[in-house]
Amino acid sequence: MITRPIFLLGSLGILLSAFTGCNKSGGDTILIGEFASLTGKEATFGTSSHEGTILAIKEINAAGGVLGKQLELKTEDDQSKAGEPANVVNKLISKDGVVAILGEVASSRSLEAAPICQENGIPMITPASTNPKVTETGDYIFRVCFIDPFQGTVMANFAANTLKAKKVAVFTDVKSDYSKGLAKFFKEGFLKAGGEIVAELDFNGGDKDFKGQLTAIKSAVPDAVFVPGYYTDVALICIQAKQLGLNVPLFGGDGWESETLVKLGGDAVEGHYFSTHYAADAASPKVTAFVDAYKKEYNGKVPDCMAALGYDSVFFLVDAIKRAESTEPAKLRDALAATKEFEAVTGKVAINENRDAVKSAVILQIKDGKFKYLETVNP
Amino acid sequence: MDWFLQQLINGLALGSIYALIALGYTMVYGVLRFINFAHSDVLMLGAFSAYFLAPAVEKIIPLPSIAGALIIVLLSAVICAGIGMLIEFLAYRPLRSRPKLTVLITAIGVSLFIEFTCQHPAVLGADTKSFPRLLVENDLHLGGLVIGSNDLVIVATTLLLLAGLWFIVQHTKTGTAMRAVSFNQQAAALMGININRIIAFTFGLGSALAAVAGILYAMKAPGIDPLMGVQPGLRAFVAAVLGGIGNLPGAALGGLLLGLLETYAGGTPGLSNYRDGIAFAILILILLFKPAGLLGKATVEKV
Repeated sequence: MITRPIFLLGSLGILLSAFTGCNKSGGDTILIGEFASLTGKEATFGTSSHEGTILAIKEINAAGGVLGKQLELKTEDDQSKAGEPANVVNKLISKDGVVAILGEVASSRSLEAAPICQENGIPMITPASTNPKVTETGDYIFRVCFIDPFQGTVMANFAANTLKAKKVAVFTDVKSDYSKGLAKFFKEGFLKAGGEIVAELDFNGGDKDFKGQLTAIKSAVPDAVFVPGYYTDVALICIQAKQLGLNVPLFGGDGWESETLVKLGGDAVEGHYFSTHYAADAASPKVTAFVDAYKKEYNGKVPDCMAALGYDSVFFLVDAIKRAESTEPAKLRDALAATKEFEAVTGKVAINENRDAVKSAVILQIKDGKFKYLETVNP
Repeated sequence: MDWFLQQLINGLALGSIYALIALGYTMVYGVLRFINFAHSDVLMLGAFSAYFLAPAVEKIIPLPSIAGALIIVLLSAVICAGIGMLIEFLAYRPLRSRPKLTVLITAIGVSLFIEFTCQHPAVLGADTKSFPRLLVENDLHLGGLVIGSNDLVIVATTLLLLAGLWFIVQHTKTGTAMRAVSFNQQAAALMGININRIIAFTFGLGSALAAVAGILYAMKAPGIDPLMGVQPGLRAFVAAVLGGIGNLPGAALGGLLLGLLETYAGGTPGLSNYRDGIAFAILILILLFKPAGLLGKATVEKV
């Protein structure tokens, strides 16, 4: 007696999902999927890119949408956890029927989702994953940020030309692919520029005491120290380096960019440098407009590079939809791959044959607790 | 030479933190014969208590100051003592007559429960928070060597607390009762000792120690998060075993040794990647050749 209604309900559900499945390209909205670390370890990065994404969708819809349709964003939280991206991306594609996927900030999680998007023939655009392997997964995977070999080389040239450093120590997080990758490309670039690596030491992300390694670095007497890590570790490293009297510039990559770096590090992070995707205080009208809109939307919060990249990833996709005049995945992919000159907040983007964005990097210096624009480096 | 001496200072500073945490592990083990894995999470709660107390205390006594720091440490220790006794009452007391393995697994459960509940945004949140400055920091410079004032505070606190604990355990009535309970619970009960009260006291004391250690650890590295206790907790547990678990001076010795090993291995280019491996390999070796730990007495387990 009880089984029958349940059976009926079940079949109704299947029918319904079949209908919505067929409906994905119809209707008057375009459904875009997003997966992000909204909670968990990298939540500050994930939330920023998500906020940028939402702002972009709002602006586009307010301006009348794309191809006469409104954009609809479907967001899933992967909790900064391995295994979770596969689940949520599968759901976004097969159950919700999205036309494209945006995400993730962390390279390891983008690497997990990329094969799924590739198999299903759904274009995926990662806002901020800089590991080269991400787009190597297949021809449906794109990014709007630069890649680590470029960032490593930029920092190598910066150390040699701007800091005039001859001897540099490298301090790597052995737990992170990002850190190891960046360290490798930095070393190659710096040796090529005629520099010398005087010490190479390792730490584990999440460690609290770095004095053993920093003492060894100090006794190698470097002109500067390259620390390709994430902001929490970097802040503690800067504090302990200062205590030990290691008074040389420390510098790193985009993993440094977070308000937390300054909050934890205080005056110990003053004067140090890092490379990143854009500078909120750059003078370009595009940046100013974005920063103003973001501040208005999120109670005066200054957008970091993750927010800017999240914002850019939406406009990058919409630009391709307009040129393809369709949301059909194959046509969309071709249009994305054909992007030659796209004006983003984070600079001019051209897509190369590896589906990576070719664009410039900026170098910021921490001054008076703020990130100050120092210079732009072109590829 | 500078390198060697500076590493000695770094290692002793790190080691005394481990020693301080290990004291709590070893004391609970001494009385109850099981490892309280939640100790490292009480340590984290101690740091967070101070984090939330600091703004309130600052309104009365300006920070950083010695008086302010002392009040914050005392209040946090009281809070954590309460939490420790609560954990004992809710999770361990009902299982006291069960096999030790059950209690051990419950302890791991309690630990994970605290860690993951606290990571929820509505509780403490998973992001790293900036720990307020409680004491003025003045680093001592001796030639090329640097000694942090915080490190001196840590070493002094560890020595003081070790002496205090030693006094309580050896020279007070409660301490005698603790030793009696650790020797034989049933016989102690027959002699008129209130077992529940002694065990609750032990947990309270151990958790207060954890709170102090947590605050000192947070002063050393001023970024705190709900998982901050995991790593030092594991090291301190190892230190307690290394020194001979249940033995107070042993815990201190084990902590210092582990801190030194980790620092020397970490500060040697080429080895820094393997420093945990080296520290733990030495632990295994010591346990193989001196199973009771460095200062522990070999005893025959009564079955």
